[in-house]
Order: sequence, then structure tokens, then C-alpha cells
Amino acid sequence: MIEIKNISKWYGAFRVLTDCTTKIEKGEVVVVCGPSGSGKSTLIKCVNGLEPFQQGDIIVDGVSVAAQDTNLPRLRSRIGMVFQNFELFPHMSVTDNINLGQIKVLGRSREAAAEKSLQLLERVGLKEQAAKYPGQLSGGQQQRVAIARALAMDPIAMLFDEPTSALDPEMINEVLDVMVKLAQEGMTMMVVTHEMGFARKVAHRVVFMDEGRIVEDAKKEDFFGSPRSDRAQQFLSKILHH
Amino acid sequence: MFSGFDFDVISRALPYMGQGMLFTLGLTLLSMLGGIILGTLLALMRLSHLKLLNVPAGGYVNLLRSTPLILVIFWFYFLVPIAIKKISGDAYAEGLGPFHSALIAFTMFEAAYYCEIMRAGIQSVPRGQVDAAYALGLTYGQSMLKVILPQAFRNMVPILLTQGIILFQDTSLVYVVGLTDFMGAASKVAQRDGRLVEMYLFAALVYFVLCFSASHLVKRLQLRYNVGR
Repeated sequence: MIEIKNISKWYGAFRVLTDCTTKIEKGEVVVVCGPSGSGKSTLIKCVNGLEPFQQGDIIVDGVSVAAQDTNLPRLRSRIGMVFQNFELFPHMSVTDNINLGQIKVLGRSREAAAEKSLQLLERVGLKEQAAKYPGQLSGGQQQRVAIARALAMDPIAMLFDEPTSALDPEMINEVLDVMVKLAQEGMTMMVVTHEMGFARKVAHRVVFMDEGRIVEDAKKEDFFGSPRSDRAQQFLSKILHH
Repeated sequence: MFSGFDFDVISRALPYMGQGMLFTLGLTLLSMLGGIILGTLLALMRLSHLKLLNVPAGGYVNLLRSTPLILVIFWFYFLVPIAIKKISGDAYAEGLGPFHSALIAFTMFEAAYYCEIMRAGIQSVPRGQVDAAYALGLTYGQSMLKVILPQAFRNMVPILLTQGIILFQDTSLVYVVGLTDFMGAASKVAQRDGRLVEMYLFAALVYFVLCFSASHLVKRLQLRYNVGR
């Protein structure tokens, strides 16, 4: 479904990504982890073309992200994305946030969009907040709205860029619960996260990145059983300590 | 103390001054509207990565901001008709007339300032908002119209209004092309009736009251926006 082929990216002279290659099959959940600055967020943003890259290509459901003639807005509308800082639109109500893409991109009527939005809000447990503005919600609630907003586009895959990193500890689980449910329903997911509990529970594969390279790309059982690289071992021992 | 003054002249001139004020307000609001629209377009051009767009926009803004307003007004009144005649080859081609040429001059001059305000406003919206809009599949235009500009505009309302207050005062310069705004009306009455002190005092008072209450309003708006954040 998502094929990342030999991606390299530079910021000026600084190389952020070096020859990254991996693949996400339909229905697969892949967790990407690694120390900060290892390029995981940059890599996931390459998948829907939010970050341009200079070498390699990414094929999403048969469509090349790098090709000049690719309709990027159309490609993006088929992949949901959830950001670290939620990025809800603060000047719109929760419902309007979820309606916007449905109306403007998918061409749904206002009524159809609103119905879908309400349905999704119910699914993430926030039906009562429909008329509120993002600023009136807690971080965990905002992130669940952001997931609903992405799901409203009926995406073929979902990208999560550190969805729980900006949350207070007590709110992390409410977001992870939604994500676990989504994974169990068979959604194709690429998740940048440090939540190893989530990885153990639902991931099929774990990709470990360091200094812009993919240093480990293994089945979950192999990754947590016997990490093959020293760097991954170090990283795991650091974050699994507590 | 005011025994030598005749303040009745003001009440006699009120209807005429009222017309002048309507003209001033009309010119201010129209140039503000045009200036903000044109300024926003210029800001988008300046922020573009395309040299073809950002260089001309930058040049325009720098040129206009380095030119006295009164010169721009003159330019549109005197030089544009000459240019029209030269280009069309018709020696009797009509100019734009003082009102339209002043309106265009003010709009274009203010656009340079509004451009810089809107540019700051657009840059005040976090980059993640653009990413989120794009990630939904919105195009550049849709992202700007629905997500970025509404937030940029809201962040900049106080400064946009402050610029409007400055513009309100600057419209008094239209006397140079023979238009009668509020200031011009006061001036004409003052000279006709030989009541300079009374009329100019009154004009100053009116400008002060209007501008002061407007800037007070802006301050209160600013407080409300800061609380909301």
C-alpha cells in the first residue's frame, strides 16, 4: 500500500534522511521509533508529500508522490494524518473542523458531512463536544477530534506523527485506545511514537531509525525479542526502563 | 476670554462640514477595503517561493513605502492622464477625475502597508496549520481562504484598524487635487468667513474625538483577543 523506496533528503548541506526503504502492506500497522532528531517525523511527512525529498520515491496505492504530474491534494485526501500538536483549526467549531475536508475536497453536501462528523465524534466519544471550539477542549479530546477529522475523509491509510507526545500523561490512554481500536479494525497505519506498549499491542512491524537511516525493520516479535542493532538495544533499554 | 471669537460660525457651517465628513469616511472605508484586498494579494506574492511573484511585490512595497503619500496622489492625478494620452494617442482622452484618482492613489499606497501587516499575520499562523490543511487534501487556495487567512486576519485586526485610523487622518491630503473632505470644508469656511481659529479648533477637536475613540476601541479589541488565546 505504501512503498518507501530509497528516500534521501537534505536541508541545504545537512542530510536528514539517508536511503530509507520500507513497505507498509494493506492492513498492516507499522510503528516507527528512534531517538529525537533521527528523522522519523520527516520520513512520515514525506509519505503524503508535506516534506519534499530529493532522491528516491514513495508509491502510495500505485501513485508516485515524487512524480511531477501527481495530483498531490488528491493523493493527500486519501491518506489521513494526525499531528503531534493536533493542528485543529482554532477558528472553527469541532464539527466544522471535521466537515471542512468532506465538503471542500470530497464534495459532500453540508448535511451528509455533518452526519458523518457526528458519527465519527460518537466513535471517539466526543459527541457532546460537537459545537465547541478546539480551545475549549483538553489535549486528549483535541487529538481525538483530529483523528475523527482524518477519518472523515475515508482514508485508505493513516499516518500518526507522535500523536501522544504533546499530551499530559493522563490523556495519553484515551488517544491510544482510539488508535488501538482503529488498528484492530484493520486500518493501515504508520505510527511514529515512543509508546512501546502500543507497539507491543497492535504493531505488526517496528522500524527503528537513527541519524536519518532505518537501522532496524523487523517483525514486532523479533524487535522486542532480540533487537539486532546495538543502537536499538540502547534506545529500548532507555525508554523501557521505567 | 473668547469674547473676540464667533463660535456660531461652526453651527452655520455644520451641514457643509457634514458633507465633507461623509466624503472623508467614504474615501477612508473604500481605500481601506481596496488596500486590504490588494495588500493581502501582495503579501501572498511576497511569501511565494516564485521569484516571478515575490520580486515584483517586494519592489512595489519598497517603492511605495519610500514615497511620500502626497507625491503618489499627485502622480495619479497629473501623470496618469498624461500617460493615458500618450499610450492611447488621443490628445483629448479624459483623466480619471480627482475622486477616482485619489481613491486609486490611496488604495495603492495603503496596499503597501497592509501587505506588510498581512504578511506578518500570515507568518503568525503556525506552520502546522498549513500542513494540516494540505494533509486533508485542500489546495493552496482553499488552505489560504479557509484556514490561514481567517486566522491571520483575526490576529491582525487591531493593527489593521490602527492603520485605518492613520489613513483617516491622511485623507485630508486630498485638498491638493481640489477635493473637499472634512478638513477641506473646514478650511474653506475658515477662509471665507475669516474665522480661522474657530474652524481649525473645531476640526482638530472632531479629528481628536473620532481617532481617540477609535484607538480606544482597538485597544479593547486587542485585550479581548489576548484573553481569548
